[in-house]
Amino acid sequence: MSMQQKASLRKAVIDGFWSGILALIIFGPISGLVLKGYTVQNELMRPLLIALVVAVGRFLISYLIQTEKGRYYLGKLIGKRDAGVTVASLTKSKYQYLVIPVLVLAGLSLPLVLGKYWLTVVILALIYVLLGLGLNIVVGLAGMLDLGYVAFYAVGAYTLAMGAQYFDMGFWTMLPVAALGAALFGAMLGFPVLRMHGDYLAIVTLGFGEIIRLVLNNLLEITGGPNGASAPSPTLFGLEFTRRAKQGGIPFHEYFDIAYSPSYKYIFIYLILFAVVCLMILFVTRLKQMPMGRAWEALREDEIACRSLGINHVTVKLSAFMMGAMVGGIAGVFFATYQGFINPSSFTFFESALILAIVVLGGLGSTVGVIVAALVLTILPEVLRDFAEYRVLMFGVAMVLMMVWKPRGLIRIKRKAYDIGEPAS
Amino acid sequence: MNSETGKPLLSIRNLAMRFGGIQALANVNFDIRQGTISAMIGPNGAGKTTVFNCITGFYRATSGSIHFHSGDHDINLVQVLGEKLHPKDFLNPPQLAKCLYYKLFGGSHLVAQAGVARTFQNIRLFREMTAIENLLVAQHMQINRNPISGVLQTPAFRRSERNSIDRAHAWLKVVGLENDANRLAGELPYGHQRRLEIARSMSTGPKLICLDEPAAGLNPKETEELSTLIRLLRDQHQVTVLLIEHDMGMVMDVSEHIVVLDHGEIIAEGTPHDIENSPTVLAAYLGEDYSNTVAAPDSATDESRLQETISA
Repeated sequence: MSMQQKASLRKAVIDGFWSGILALIIFGPISGLVLKGYTVQNELMRPLLIALVVAVGRFLISYLIQTEKGRYYLGKLIGKRDAGVTVASLTKSKYQYLVIPVLVLAGLSLPLVLGKYWLTVVILALIYVLLGLGLNIVVGLAGMLDLGYVAFYAVGAYTLAMGAQYFDMGFWTMLPVAALGAALFGAMLGFPVLRMHGDYLAIVTLGFGEIIRLVLNNLLEITGGPNGASAPSPTLFGLEFTRRAKQGGIPFHEYFDIAYSPSYKYIFIYLILFAVVCLMILFVTRLKQMPMGRAWEALREDEIACRSLGINHVTVKLSAFMMGAMVGGIAGVFFATYQGFINPSSFTFFESALILAIVVLGGLGSTVGVIVAALVLTILPEVLRDFAEYRVLMFGVAMVLMMVWKPRGLIRIKRKAYDIGEPAS
Repeated sequence: MNSETGKPLLSIRNLAMRFGGIQALANVNFDIRQGTISAMIGPNGAGKTTVFNCITGFYRATSGSIHFHSGDHDINLVQVLGEKLHPKDFLNPPQLAKCLYYKLFGGSHLVAQAGVARTFQNIRLFREMTAIENLLVAQHMQINRNPISGVLQTPAFRRSERNSIDRAHAWLKVVGLENDANRLAGELPYGHQRRLEIARSMSTGPKLICLDEPAAGLNPKETEELSTLIRLLRDQHQVTVLLIEHDMGMVMDVSEHIVVLDHGEIIAEGTPHDIENSPTVLAAYLGEDYSNTVAAPDSATDESRLQETISA
C-alpha cells in the first residue's frame, strides 16, 4: 500500500518534470524570443515561468487525483462530493455571537472606504442578494422552478417609476406599494398555475416573464415603451440628494452646509439597501423556523405527504410565490432608484437565468450560500472587466464545475436543531 | 365485544371506483366502529389501497359515499373533494354554492383536517428535514400560523412553538425515537422511519388513522413492537385504527374486525375467527379447487394449513 503510494508520488514528480521540459521546448521559441524591430530579444524568464507553472500544475493534478493521500487532501479542500444537509449542533460556538455585529459594522463602514464606482457595484451586488433571497424562497424552499422571476423585479421597478410619473409619489411611499403590487402579481400568476409541477411550472413562469417584458415594451402610452421611464431618488425626510432641489426644497448638502458630492446619493441608497438586506435576511431566517417556512420545505420534500397532513398545498405554494415576488419587487424598486432610469431591456430572460444561477450555485435553500453566490457573481465580473467578453463562458464553466464537485451548492445547508426541553437522563 | 358497543365512525356505502374501463371497486359497504382496530386484507390487486385512497381523499370515488362521524359533525368525505356538478344542483342554490366552494378550495387536505390521518405503503417522510421537524409540520393546522407574529416572534407565537415542540417530543417518546429528534428523517433506519411516519400522522390529532402496510419490511421483533404500538395508540390516544397488512400473523393478532376484499368487492367481513374459517376467503387466497379439497375434512387441519400457506 505505502509502496504504491510512494511510487505514485514519484510518478507525479516525474510527470511534472517532463511536462515542464515539454513546455519549455514549446514555449521557448514562441515566447522566449521576442521580435522587436529588426532584432530578436531574449526573454528567457518568460518560458521558464510558463514551464514552471505547467510543471507544478501537472504535478498537482497527478498527485491530487492519482494518489490516495492527494485525494484525501482534495476531499478536505472541496468537501465531500455528495455533502447534503446536516443538522447544526445545539451548542453554539463562542464567536457565533460576534460574527453578525462585525459583519454589520463592516457593511456600514463600507461607504467610507469605497469610491463612487465601487459603491455602485456593491449596490448592484446587494440588489442581486435581495433577488437571490427572494428566488430562494420560491425555488430553494418551496421547490418550484421559476424561470420568470425577473417579471416581479420589473413590476417593482416600474411601480416606482409609474407612481412617480402619474401620482407624484416618492420613493418611500412606493416602496411598500411596489412590494404589495409585486406580491399581487405573484398571486395573479400563481393561483391558476400552481396546480402544475416541475417542468410545466417552469415553462409557464418563463412565459409570464416574457409577457411582462413585452407588455412594458409595447404599452407605449403608459410605460414609454423602449424609451423607458425615469425613477425618483430616495429622499431623507424630504431632503433631496441633487445639486438643486425641485420646487424650492432644500437639498441635503445645503441643509447640512457641506459641499455637494454626487456620491451622497449612492451612499444613502447603499445604507437603506443595506438595512433592507439585513432585515430581509432576518425575515428569511425566521420564516424558515415558522410554520409557514416549514410547510414550504415539507411541500418541496413531498407534496402528497403534505396533503395527508391537512396542509392545503395550493395556499402554501401561493404564499411562497407571493413572498418571493414581494422580495423581487423590493429589489426592483432599489434597482430603479439606483439607475434613475429604467427600460424593458433590463428585464430580459438572461436576468432570470442569472438569478437562478445565483440560487443554484449558492445551494438551494441556503441563505448564506445565496448571499455569497450573489456577491461573487456580481462583483467578480466587475473585477474581471478585461474578460467581459468571456463572462457567459466563465459562467458556464463555473456551473459545470460546481455540478461536478458540489452538486448541492457552495454552502452546505444546516438545519436548525431543536432543543427538546429537559434532557432525558 | 367491545367493537360492537362503539358507534360507527366511518360508514362507507356503495363505494365504486372506476379507472377508465377498469372497475377497481364495486359496491363496497362497511362500517368502522369507534375505538376499534380494523384490518383490510385481500390478495394483491384486490383494491385495498384504492379503498384507502378513497377514504383519505387521494382518489375521488366514482360513486357512493363515505361518511365520517366525528363528534357531532357528519362529513361526507367524497363531497369535500369537489364532486362533479349535477343538473339538479342548479335547482338548489345552497347545494350549488357548497359544491362550487369545494370545487375551488376542496381537496384531500380537508379530509385530513376532518380527522383522518394516514401513512403510506412506501414511506413518505420529509427526508431532508429532521425527525422533530417532520412532527412540527404535521401540527401545522393546530398551531399559530400568523406570519406577522412569527416574524416578530411575539410571546404568543413562542408559546405556541414551545407547545408544539413539547408535543412533538411526547410523540417521539411514544414511538421510542427521542434520541433521534435532531437527525434527518432520511438517515434513520428503516424501522425507525416507519415509526416516525406513524408518529407524524398521529401528530395531526386524528380520530381515524389509516396504516398502509405498516409491517412491510419489518422483522418479526419489530412487527411485535408495532402491534404493541398500535394497541397503545387505540387504548391511550383514543384513535380508531384501520390497517392494510399482508402479515396475517399480525392481522389476526391485533385486529378486532377484518374486511376481506377481492377483485374490488367485499367477500367477507367479521372477527378474525370468522375470517379464518370462511370458505370464501380460502377460495380467494388459495384458489377454488384447493379450498374445496381442504374444506371437506375437519376444520382444525384446514385452519392450520391456511395459516401456514398465508404466512409463507
